Amino acid sequence: MDKFNTLTSVAAPLPLINVDTDMIIPARFLKTIKRTGLGADLFSTLRFQEDGSEREDFVLNKPAFRNSEILIAGKNFGCGSSREHAPWALLDFGIKCVIAPSFADIFYNNSSKNGILLIKLPQEQIDKLMKDAELGANATMTVNLEAQEITGPDGDVIKFEVDAFKKHCLMNGLDDIGLTMEKSDKIAAFEASQKVKIT
Amino acid sequence: MNNATTLYDKLWNSHIVDEQEDGTCLVYIDRHLVHEVTSPQAFDGLRNERRNVRRPDLTLAVADHNVPTTDRDKKIDDEESKIQIDALEKNCADFGIELYSMKDIRQGICHVVGPEQGFTLPGTTLVCGDSHTATHGAFGSMSFGIGTSEVEHVLATQTLLLTKCRNMRVTVNGSLPNGITAKDLILAIIGKIGTAGGTGAAIEFAGEALKSLTMEGRMTVCNMTIEAGARVGLFAPDEKTFEYLKGRPKSPKGAAWEAAVEYWKTLKTDETAIFDEEIVMDVSEIKPQVTWGTSPEDVVAIDGCVPNPAQETDTNKRNKMERSLEYMGLAAGTPMTDIQINTAFIGSCTNSRIEDIRAAASVVEGRKVANGVQALVVPGSGLVKEIAEQEGLDKIFIDAGFEWREAGCSMCLAMNADKLGPGERAASTSNRNFEGRQGPGGRTHLVSPAMAAAAAVKGHLVDLDDLD
Ligand code: SF4
Repeated sequence: MDKFNTLTSVAAPLPLINVDTDMIIPARFLKTIKRTGLGADLFSTLRFQEDGSEREDFVLNKPAFRNSEILIAGKNFGCGSSREHAPWALLDFGIKCVIAPSFADIFYNNSSKNGILLIKLPQEQIDKLMKDAELGANATMTVNLEAQEITGPDGDVIKFEVDAFKKHCLMNGLDDIGLTMEKSDKIAAFEASQKVKIT
Repeated sequence: MNNATTLYDKLWNSHIVDEQEDGTCLVYIDRHLVHEVTSPQAFDGLRNERRNVRRPDLTLAVADHNVPTTDRDKKIDDEESKIQIDALEKNCADFGIELYSMKDIRQGICHVVGPEQGFTLPGTTLVCGDSHTATHGAFGSMSFGIGTSEVEHVLATQTLLLTKCRNMRVTVNGSLPNGITAKDLILAIIGKIGTAGGTGAAIEFAGEALKSLTMEGRMTVCNMTIEAGARVGLFAPDEKTFEYLKGRPKSPKGAAWEAAVEYWKTLKTDETAIFDEEIVMDVSEIKPQVTWGTSPEDVVAIDGCVPNPAQETDTNKRNKMERSLEYMGLAAGTPMTDIQINTAFIGSCTNSRIEDIRAAASVVEGRKVANGVQALVVPGSGLVKEIAEQEGLDKIFIDAGFEWREAGCSMCLAMNADKLGPGERAASTSNRNFEGRQGPGGRTHLVSPAMAAAAAVKGHLVDLDDLD
């Protein structure tokens, strides 16, 4: 997993609420046994017409936002299925950070496990960032995870909260499984002590 | 100090292996269901790191999401689906995991199979790489959906790193009237609290109307907790739970069964326990429900009309409503029962158990599917199908013009050949009416099995009270 430190990019505004994982990556694209390559179908229905050509009015198709690494969205982003293909598709497209008023639980977990930083901010701050983002190519933002700060195009700084453990893992690109395996003695002890046997 | 705990607290506390300073806990996982769509990358991850599956004996695999529901003797036409199903077979063989293959009568949707086999038990933690894992909470099991990285984490360590959910209780009082099903209750609950209403919560279901549901009904309710944003949905285990599980292939036997039941009886919320949030409803407020939009919270009573966005004051919500109505091809103010359908789908982990099939059959008996409607029954498992056939229900459906299929997820998420075409409209017993969920451009109205069956025979959405 790549380490996350600071990220400077144009931010793409997606002012929709309840963006679900079927929107992020429809089920018909889940028939892969790999983690990569899903970026091509990210937001497929929003991005493409039925004949496969791009919808010009969709934000990620506009020249200014094609290489955005930050996405700003409405509340309850990532609701719906548990498919990790959603963060994989975002990441494969190049999105490394999503900023929204709230996120669905499973999506939240899945994203941080793949090195995507999700930032929750109050609606007023989202509204401001959304406006900033709409400025397009000249309006880059910088997300600094260590300092927990977003610096807008006008130099304004917004502070954000992040779970300490997730921050540590993101900043160091740590793999949860390796960390947990170091505790295998404790796991074995737990198994031995389980009062009601379940096998 | 109040030491009283909720059912969720008890399940949580009894599975902590280790606690970190920031409160994140390493939680032991007793049961892991694996299917073909969210597992291949996890097994690959294990191979890359030369890791093993810690407890294959606590893991059960079944292919369900993209299996064909037609003739199983033919090879799978869709090359990519075949690759995923083959990968699951190989992964299970390599890592020593029990698998119900496509030809096994026990094969079916993982959330139907787990309880049916007695793999799902009260007091356990159970996970699966599928958000509808909350289904198993009907048994008092702390069950929830996980992503593929977490699937890999469980395979390797039999644990997960979790933060505790907040406690929420939804109570529906009053005795359940005839004609109101579990599906109507949960749709009404979602309509009330919204799709983000349960975010971060474990919901315990209580109150006479909910408690009086059968195990099948409780599973329908817990299944859709995720559509209210909650990860976990729970019913305290009781005699109905024990009755359902007794004698199932993987349930404990003999003295172990007695000991287990003694323990399971202790699994309930203490009377003085305090929930972070309580929602109380009365069943008299609830009518048969149907969705009009593209989110499960977009519900209305079947005798109601498509709502009018102009009456919504919140701009975000109004925009979303307008977008939904445009997608659904519906005009505000249209009576729900005027909405014509092309397809009726009875199936999915929400409503494909024997009781659901029976409810649909009782509506269909002696009637015919309306002209131009494709109607599908996809039982939740091979065993459900077998029971239905023993009861002659397949004949009722086939005589009426329904297709009677093999078990799988089918049109719930349109990963196999069963899908809606653009602009086609379905009355569906599944759980998600998102844009494109049942096929690109497809339009979904979520309903109970009896309502889907009635819509199939009438060609439009129907209030069961009006069925002659
Ligand atoms: S039936 Fe639908 S919701 Fe249930 S597991 Fe299958 S795809 Fe998921």
